[in-house]
Amino acid sequence: MSSHYEAPIREPLVLGEKSYHDISVDIAKPIEGKANKNWYIAFTISLIAFLWGIGCITYTIGTGIGVWGLNKNIGWAWDITNFVWWVGIGHAGTLISAVLLLFRQRWRMAINRSAEAMTIFAVFQAGLFPLIHMGRPWNGYWVLPIPNQFGSLWVNFNSPLLWDVFAISTYLSVSLVFWWTGLLPDFAMLRDRAVKPFQKKIYALLSFGWSGRAKDWQRFEEVSLVLAGLATPLVLSVHTIVSMDFATSINPGWHSTIFPPYFVAGAIFSGFAMVQTLLGVMRKVTNLENYITRLHIEYMNMVIMLTGGIVAVAYASEFFIAWYTGSPYENFTYMSVGAATGAYGWAFWSLILFNILIPQLLWIKSIRVSFIGSFLISIAINIGMWFERFDIIAIVLSKGHLPSTWTRFEPTFVDVGIFIGTIGFFGVLFLLYARTFPVIAQAEVKSIMKVSGENYKKLRDGNHE
Amino acid sequence: MSNKVIHALYNDDDILMDAVKKVKAAHHHIDEVFTPFPVHGLDKAMGLAPTKIAITSFLYGLTGLSFAIWMTNYMMIQDWPQDIGGKPNFSWFVNMPAFVPIMFELTVFFAAHLMVITFYMRSRIWPFKSAENPDVRTTDDHFLMEIAIHGNEEELTTLLNETGAVEINVIEKE
Repeated sequence: MSSHYEAPIREPLVLGEKSYHDISVDIAKPIEGKANKNWYIAFTISLIAFLWGIGCITYTIGTGIGVWGLNKNIGWAWDITNFVWWVGIGHAGTLISAVLLLFRQRWRMAINRSAEAMTIFAVFQAGLFPLIHMGRPWNGYWVLPIPNQFGSLWVNFNSPLLWDVFAISTYLSVSLVFWWTGLLPDFAMLRDRAVKPFQKKIYALLSFGWSGRAKDWQRFEEVSLVLAGLATPLVLSVHTIVSMDFATSINPGWHSTIFPPYFVAGAIFSGFAMVQTLLGVMRKVTNLENYITRLHIEYMNMVIMLTGGIVAVAYASEFFIAWYTGSPYENFTYMSVGAATGAYGWAFWSLILFNILIPQLLWIKSIRVSFIGSFLISIAINIGMWFERFDIIAIVLSKGHLPSTWTRFEPTFVDVGIFIGTIGFFGVLFLLYARTFPVIAQAEVKSIMKVSGENYKKLRDGNHE
Repeated sequence: MSNKVIHALYNDDDILMDAVKKVKAAHHHIDEVFTPFPVHGLDKAMGLAPTKIAITSFLYGLTGLSFAIWMTNYMMIQDWPQDIGGKPNFSWFVNMPAFVPIMFELTVFFAAHLMVITFYMRSRIWPFKSAENPDVRTTDDHFLMEIAIHGNEEELTTLLNETGAVEINVIEKE
């Protein structure tokens, strides 16, 4: 039993008297049972929002990008804000499943499945925006490196926008196979439990015939480790490249060398906030409080405090450098006295309030371990991180090099509608996922039961006295 | 009679590990062990060779890197060179810094996807494949050891009973 030793000071990750079979039962319960009223209410709201978004997208494509609030100076606004916001949210899933795997953090096992689902669904939403913004989305395949009808004129590999195409598609597809490979043993568990023939057939198909041989597990663990090793630099590269969309331009406020690390930290900050928002609700609805515990909430809040701190330092240095250059242009960037006192001052101060001030409450232990406290703070961070991207894009573009071109961006109902639509689409996907997929990586949780399960820890630690 | 196998079921991973060691010590060949989750050290105890799948991933990654170098060189330098944003394109090497993101992404893309495909092919898992675990409990909380019988049924049954198996079945395998 010595191989299962863990220091008694570490708190258990799985609460209650659980056997291996109890874990299977608990994870299968939301799938085998019937959905409650709250699920249907949430699903209906998400679906209506989604349909409204589809309507706005159809209107945009049918009429043209002119239905958005863009103008000749502000050619990027809500769409790219939403794109960066959604991509950023995706980052937490990969961080939890890949980086925490490399650091051998056992607490990731309760949340990695849902965080990765969130990643994939969020990247879907992100991918929609560049596609719609093309105006002619049916020509979207022109971003691929294929010769066009004029001869062999190729895509431009010097452009950060094309780097983005490669980064986002690699990220989405690699996250998807990483997620699915981890799902195979859990689908197999559901398949072998299923009593309804239709359910059995579906889960047999989804599980790819997983049988759980010793050799399969050996390869499974090696593949997980190598995928984690590949996904870690990949996730850092994705937001680095997103930040290069701005950083390689010559706009003051965008042309900034600290953008890559600052964007990556911001992405993880917002992603963990979204995981906190989703799991705070999900653990209650699906009765998984014994698996997603206060300890998990606290650990996630610690990551939020760290990455939030990095973001705050980045803001401070942007603000300082803007002032220190003495350049009049820099006084109109998103982090400057000009921005704080200008027409977009409300957006500037929203950013400071939601992203820097409110998260500081997490230093208080009772708030850090409170579900409702971290839920509310996570919502604030989601709003704050949206404002960060809006500020960087709209404030900078509203005041260009030529004062006579200074202008403002006002979103139309279509801008707002598409954003609400993606939130609805995300909600629809996540709610369907929560009803049909094993929301916790049960095979992995079983493998840490003897190390970190409450009953095993009690049994073992009692023996020392 | 050579296709007769014995299935011993266990309900705990530690008991299974001890059982595997005892069976190996008695010089029996373990055909297969089905487990609901990865049991650490089981592959070594069974005498399975380490997997080489990480090495294939490295080779796939090199392939992806080479492909990215070839592609950027062919498209941007050889076939249709253009001066974009003043980035020099006299040779692939002077234009290379702009291609680093592409080279990195394609390395990861090839390494990850081809490795996973290799894993699926080698472990014979793909859509519409039917499962091969002999007992449905092996994905829940039971561990199953499969040993071929070569006229030593009684000896094996006694041995497996001693190791703490909760159920022993002799099966005619097709």
